[in-house]
Amino acid sequence: MMHGMKAAGPQALSVESVSHSYGARRALDDVSFAVAPANFTVLLGLNGAGKSTLFALITRLYGTQRGRIRIFDHDVAREPGEALRILGVVFQSRTLDLDLSVMQNLMYHAALHGIDKRAARARGDEVLARIVLSDRARDKVRNLSGGQMRRVEIARALLHRPRLLVLDEPTVGLDIKSRADILGHVRQLIADEGIGVLWATHLIDEVADDDQVIVLHQGRVLADGPVAQVIADSKALDVRDAFTRLTGSGSPQAAGEAA
Amino acid sequence: MSSAAEHAASVAPVAAARRGFSLRQYLICLKGIIWRESLRFLHQRERFVSALVRPLVWLFIFAAGFRQVLGVSIIPPYETYILYSVYITPGLIAMIQLFNGMQSSLSMVYDREMGNMRTLLVSPLPRWFLLCSKLIAGTAVSLLQVYAFLAIAWFWEIEAPPLGYLTVLPALVLSGLMLGALGMLISSVIKQLENFAGVMNFVIFPMFFASSALYPLWRVQEGSPLLYYVCEFNPFTHAVELIRFALYTQIDWLSLAVVAGCTALFMIGAIFAYDPSRGFLARRGEPGGGA
Repeated sequence: MMHGMKAAGPQALSVESVSHSYGARRALDDVSFAVAPANFTVLLGLNGAGKSTLFALITRLYGTQRGRIRIFDHDVAREPGEALRILGVVFQSRTLDLDLSVMQNLMYHAALHGIDKRAARARGDEVLARIVLSDRARDKVRNLSGGQMRRVEIARALLHRPRLLVLDEPTVGLDIKSRADILGHVRQLIADEGIGVLWATHLIDEVADDDQVIVLHQGRVLADGPVAQVIADSKALDVRDAFTRLTGSGSPQAAGEAA
Repeated sequence: MSSAAEHAASVAPVAAARRGFSLRQYLICLKGIIWRESLRFLHQRERFVSALVRPLVWLFIFAAGFRQVLGVSIIPPYETYILYSVYITPGLIAMIQLFNGMQSSLSMVYDREMGNMRTLLVSPLPRWFLLCSKLIAGTAVSLLQVYAFLAIAWFWEIEAPPLGYLTVLPALVLSGLMLGALGMLISSVIKQLENFAGVMNFVIFPMFFASSALYPLWRVQEGSPLLYYVCEFNPFTHAVELIRFALYTQIDWLSLAVVAGCTALFMIGAIFAYDPSRGFLARRGEPGGGA
């Protein structure tokens, strides 16, 4: 019944009428949106808006209760293998093995994708060079800074050459410079490789003028479109104002607590 | 809807060519998981030491103390009178595996909280395969511990027939899988790290003490027929007996059947519990980290 958002080519990610409940509490309510290839889409929402639930569904940690999620036309529920192999994920919580070296973490991830040792090592070198951490390959992850760990996690998510990268609050707990670095790296990826990116955050200042933005609030999508359009539609001055108007929440805590 | 998906696949030959995974990729994945478990185990030196010290304390102190109290008559598979320390060795081996199984269950809970479990579960390979690989990896780690223990016990003059050290291997693999699968099943139902104390009290201790690990069942029967039946129904008893007979190059068929059956049962349960659509994971609540 539900047809894709746009006809031209498959979307990198298409979320169609997805609802999810924990017992009686509804975490997601009829959520639909799409992320185009070679596009930076910001999923904007306060803590508790349902972002992490959405990520758990996209990565198939949980089964989809209602609705459908597709990654380049591969239904996550029906063809999880095909969907997950072209998906790169950076979770909100840190997921590196602290006692293993950077390269060992990458090798483990490669093995989980069935990539053999030689190819894995080559790709490991390649992704580490990209995030400018080649000299730390042999170091234990424990000895890296928070920002460096995040960069390694992004490198790891890119190791199997995904076509869609999803990141859940990737800049949480980082200082301003690390945040800017990581944001810059990921935006560069889109320019270089044409992958689609879904970037979930509650930090409004991470939204750039030419991004797509989706406002998620209490499990519902309140706005979805190019930044300029979302601002115009809500008759707001800027993104922050638009967010405040849409969610009816005081904006300062949305962006202020950041750095 | 499915026809649409098929259509999409047929018009995308590039994607179609890469569908599925080869046997070689499955093996790479399995190897990677075992490699990572072993690395982690070697890095956690305290874990290795405590895994060894625990049974050695039982062997050196407990068994020595009880040597005069408990006489063990000739029962299969033993052909002569044996020292108590010889009797409890298979039980201690099973204990090592029990602890290891529960500990990897602990590490799964820990992993889940820390998010490492997520790294495993977003692998595109089938989830049953990932869980089985994790189980095999945990069993491999328990084998390291058991053979290290057997080596030390050998210096303590607890010597099985030389061939026994080889014939015990398949028994250890099976009992390791059973106890690991049990741990995995438990890890899917317990929510937090602190509950490991509960696992100790409600799983490890009862399983260990209500079994043939520390005393032959015929003596238990003399004391309490009820406890005897509890022990007989305890799968851990059968793991112990399977190991005991295998160490003396014999097969206890009943124990083999029970352990194999329980392994299958626990594994199916664990795979079911970790299945995204049916499992307990989703019903239990929020994804790790809160928001």
